[in-house]
This record gives sequence, structure tokens and C-alpha cells, in this order.
Amino acid sequence: MFLNLFTELRAANLPVSLREYLTLLEAVEKNVANYSVDDFYYLSRSCLVKDERNLDKFDRVFGSVFKGLEALNEAFGKEIPEEWLRKLAEKHLSPEEMEKIKSLGGFDELMKTLAERMKEQEKRHQGGSKWIGTAGTSPFGAYGYNPEGVRIGQKESRHRRAVKVWDKREFKNLDDSVELGTRNIKIALRRLRKFAREGAETELDLQDTINSTAKQGWLDVKMVPERHNKIKVLLFFDIGGSMDDHIRICEELFSAAGSEFKHKEYFYFHNCMYENLWKDNVRRYTDTTETLEVIRTYPKDYKVIFVGDASMSPYEITYPGGSVEHWNEEAGVVWMNRMLENFPNAIWLNPVPEKWWDHTASINMVKQIMGNRMYPLTLGGLDEGMKELNK
Amino acid sequence: MKFTGTDDYVATEDLMVAVNAAITLERPLLVKGEPGTGKTVLAIEVAKALGADFIPWHIKSTTKAQQGLYEYDAVSRLRDSQLGDGRVHDISNYIVKGKMWEAFEATKRPVLLIDEIDKADIEFPNDLLLELDRMEFHVYETQKLIKAAQRPIVIITSNNEKELPDAFLRRCFFHYIRFPDEETMADIVEVHFPGLKKNLLREALAAFYEVREVPGLKKKPSTSELLDWIKLLLAEDIPPEALRSKDKKDLIPPLYGALLKNEQDVHLFERLAFLNRRDG
Repeated sequence: MFLNLFTELRAANLPVSLREYLTLLEAVEKNVANYSVDDFYYLSRSCLVKDERNLDKFDRVFGSVFKGLEALNEAFGKEIPEEWLRKLAEKHLSPEEMEKIKSLGGFDELMKTLAERMKEQEKRHQGGSKWIGTAGTSPFGAYGYNPEGVRIGQKESRHRRAVKVWDKREFKNLDDSVELGTRNIKIALRRLRKFAREGAETELDLQDTINSTAKQGWLDVKMVPERHNKIKVLLFFDIGGSMDDHIRICEELFSAAGSEFKHKEYFYFHNCMYENLWKDNVRRYTDTTETLEVIRTYPKDYKVIFVGDASMSPYEITYPGGSVEHWNEEAGVVWMNRMLENFPNAIWLNPVPEKWWDHTASINMVKQIMGNRMYPLTLGGLDEGMKELNK
Repeated sequence: MKFTGTDDYVATEDLMVAVNAAITLERPLLVKGEPGTGKTVLAIEVAKALGADFIPWHIKSTTKAQQGLYEYDAVSRLRDSQLGDGRVHDISNYIVKGKMWEAFEATKRPVLLIDEIDKADIEFPNDLLLELDRMEFHVYETQKLIKAAQRPIVIITSNNEKELPDAFLRRCFFHYIRFPDEETMADIVEVHFPGLKKNLLREALAAFYEVREVPGLKKKPSTSELLDWIKLLLAEDIPPEALRSKDKKDLIPPLYGALLKNEQDVHLFERLAFLNRRDG
């Protein structure tokens, strides 16, 4: 009964379990829903979906199972909001190109045609001159060379090994209000906790009270300060460029780390450490902190975690002036070594999957600088890394 | 036992199904939603509608799962032993019952509200798994098993500050209170302020949804803010015409302090109004 719905939900990556399915059957058996599709929909939603982020996915699966509606098409979402397209176009097209859009009847006309094409188009498409897809001459799709072309779904640079990046990119501040899936990360970070008693004596020490009461013969209350997490952490985040792909996972790490440590400081850098770091990406060119100042300010017992994909051109690490953004007097490797000298407890977390590390030269170089203390940004890697930091 | 909303609470169809499923199958109901959409009030109203006792358990960041079951007051026992009190020989004199014990003991099926479960420590929900599942727990000090006479209706609210563990979620029914549409909102306002002048209500709702749509607000006003605001409008006897913001010159609705709770939002709002005035 309803097994189809259950399997379809699982196929659409909704985390439904057998237990929830059985609960649904039990509810149906007890007549909670009154034989109407609406009621059954509400009931099954309440049984099977436990997270409002999945509600929309559930609705689509439910629709396709019970009404034979269009199957959900995750790979190429059919509903691209016009707002988004407009923004994308403004970002990617130069004023001259915007002028040329008029050759197709202006932006609105372009959007209208696009909407029609989207309706017609069923599958992913490459090449050709009419359909939306990649590498064609149609006005729609990425990598195209029609002047009126609208880039869809391709925002990042195609080539990762850019030696110089001339255009200034927009960088997003890591948002630590995101709490998605941070639970596991938090539990891994807990390994780092070290408790110590400090401050005002507010807690009753039961054992000590019993001992000293027995010794004295009268009630002798003993108090101790509350336990606090004493671990101190410095976080350095690589931001922008090739890190764009990993921003989500880094945000999760960031928001999880926020509540786990009492003493936590964070700084941003781009690709590799140089003489300046910053705390706010919006003011990164005006409001920087000297790396030397960071080294001076924080004592040796701070534990340092670098988070970055370490994917860059090797020059950025080894040569003075190799940075993609400014002229650096000293090479990145010099600054890295300076950091490591001052903070012996350090690890590098890399969001790039471990099996790809060998294919990027710079990852291996950074790994060497770190003395092999580079770990993938997975639960296992976090665990390993925390163990290393606790040594 | 069936819940169909009350005189003071407008329940949507999907909410009723979820509540009734939880009542019938005797499982906890987890309610999430924007702050101020009536999550806590739901539990109170369910209790009222069913004529059941209402037992609230408000969770704070320091709340431990054990406190909901019972606490052993060792300090007062120690003191009594010093004073030679006779009560000291029976350990059960020093067991303080928690909210869940209270709910398990009730002779009539009560409604237990576990409010804002996400405020507690991350392990809190895990510590309550067995207790919520079997509705029983063991008191180690007296070697007694406390079992629910009848399984209480458990309603749990969460504001999404922490992710809840999967094992916990699987044992619950879930309902996300959506922000009500204008029609439902009119019903809700009607319940709270019966006989409100039709045009005042219409204008107030329009202004309210307009404020909600201002981009970049940190905290969008929700149902409870709307109700407070209407209360103020009525108290001040503001005519419906004053709410009409068609005129660009006064974009800010009167008494907007009740709608916007955040200093930055108020600033943003005033700036927008200022810009509009300049354009207009």
C-alpha cells in the first residue's frame, strides 16, 4: 500500500525511513484521514517529512505519484525565475552587448522567447542553434558566442589554473547564521573541547562537601567554579575564486564552530597567506589586519585551522609577486612557515575530495608545507584533524 | 478525541490533520514555523478544545532532560540529616517530580508542551527518545518504574536554532506552520477582534503585507505582531484612510513600532520612506 510513494520519495533523496512509513500505514488504518486525497496528503506529509526544506520536494513527488503529473526534473529545473535571469544577464553582459540584445527585440522579447523555448525543451542539450544548452550559437545557454547569448547555470570560471585574475570578483561573506546539517560537524568539533574550572565559585562540589563534612563533623559546603571550554581557536578561511564551490560547506563549518568554542577568532585570506588578512569581505581592501599583528597578538597555545582548497597556480605559493590580487614582497610559503612557527598546533582542512589532491600541484605543495597535516573537510577528516590538534 | 480548532484559534486543514494524527497514534507532534505564528498557542488551544490539563515545560539552554523526569534533592536531604529530621530515612521524600512525570501521572489525558526544544543542549532530544517512545522511565534512587497511565498528547515546538537528530524526528509527526495567506489572516483577525470595521481590516492587512514584502528586513512581522498592531490602531482610533499608503509621501504606516521589532529594520524602513518622498 502506497509503497510506490515511499520508494519514489527515497529515490528523490528524501530521508524517509521504514518506521515513518509504518506510522503512516497505522494512521491510515486508524482512519485519521477521511478518504479524501487532501487529507491523505496532509497526513502523509506530516508523517514522512520532518524538515520544512523538504516540503517542496515532497509536494512534487506526491504530485507525480498520485496525479501522474510531470516528474521532477532536478537536473534542469524548468522554472528559472525571470528575476534571476535578468540579474545574471546584467552581470555578464557588457553595455555594448546589452545594446545588441535589442537586435532580438530587447530584453523582454528575449525573455519571452526563452520562456517558450523552456516549455518546448525536454532534455539537456549541447550544440545546435535553437535549444537552450551549452556551447551553441543559440542566444541561450553557457559558453555560447552569440552576442545576445544569456549565460545560464555557468557562473564560475572554466579554467581553475588561472595565473592572473584581472577582474575583481565579488566575494561573499561567509554567513554563520546557516545551521544546515551542522549537527555532525559540531559533534566532530567537540573532540577539541577541553574543560577547565575558572572564575567565580558557583557550583556545589558534592564530593568535596561530603568528604570535608565527614572529616569536620558539621556541614561544610565546598563550592567550585563552573566548567568552561578552554580551547582557543584561530580560523583562517580561504574565500572567493575557486572556493565558490565550497562556500556552503564552509558556512556550515563556520556556524558550527561559532557555538563550540569560547575563544574563537577568524580571518579571511585569498588562496594563500600573505602579509594582510581581513575580517570583513566588504571592506577587505580598506580594513585589513597585518598577518604579523595576528602573530603578535595571539599566544602560542591558540590552535590554528586553515580552511581552503589550496588550488591555485604554484607561483602564488613560491614566488614573491605571485599573488593574483596584489604585489606581495614575500612569497606565500614564507608567510605560511612564519605562521606555523608561531602556532605549532595547526591543521589545514580541504573541501576538495581527497582522491583529487594528487592532481593539483599546489595542494601537494601546501600539504608539504603543513607537514602532511591536511585533512579533507568530511566528518572523518574533521575527526582526524581534531585528534591531531589535540596532540 | 478530535481537534477542530477553537473559538480563539483558527486552525488550517493540514494543521488539524497533523494534530489529530498525533492524538490518535499517541505520538509527539513537532511544530515548527516562523516566530509568532502561534506554535505555543496551539498547545494551549488543543488542551482547551479537548478539555485536557495543560502542562507546559519551557526549555532553556541549561535545561537537562533529567529535569523533566525528576530531580534528586541531595542538598536538602543532607541538611535534614544534620538536623535529625525523620524524613531523611525515606529517599522518596527528596525526589522532586518533573513535568514529564507530572504528565505521566495525570488521571485524565493531559497535553504536554515541550516548548522551544531547540534551545537546549544538542543532546537533549536524544536523551528523551526512550521516554517519549515508551512513555516510561526508571527512577534509580527508589528503583521504581514510572509508566504513563495514558499516553499524554505531546506537542513540541522548535525555532530551528539547532538541527534535531534523525532518530528523534522519526518518532514525531511534523507540521510546519506556514505564514497564513490574506484570507486566513482575515479569519484570525476576526477571531481576535470580532466586528472590526471591514475597511480598516482590509487596509491594515494590505499595509501589513506590504511591510512584510520590504526586502532586507531582518525580522518580518508575523501574526502576533499584526494582532498587537491592530490592538494599538483600535486603541488610538486611527481611521482606515490613514493606513492607505498609495500616497508615496507617507509610506510609513502609523504606529509601526508594533510591527518592526528591530532597530535596523526601523532604520531601513525610514530610509526607504525618505527616498520615496524625495522621488515623489
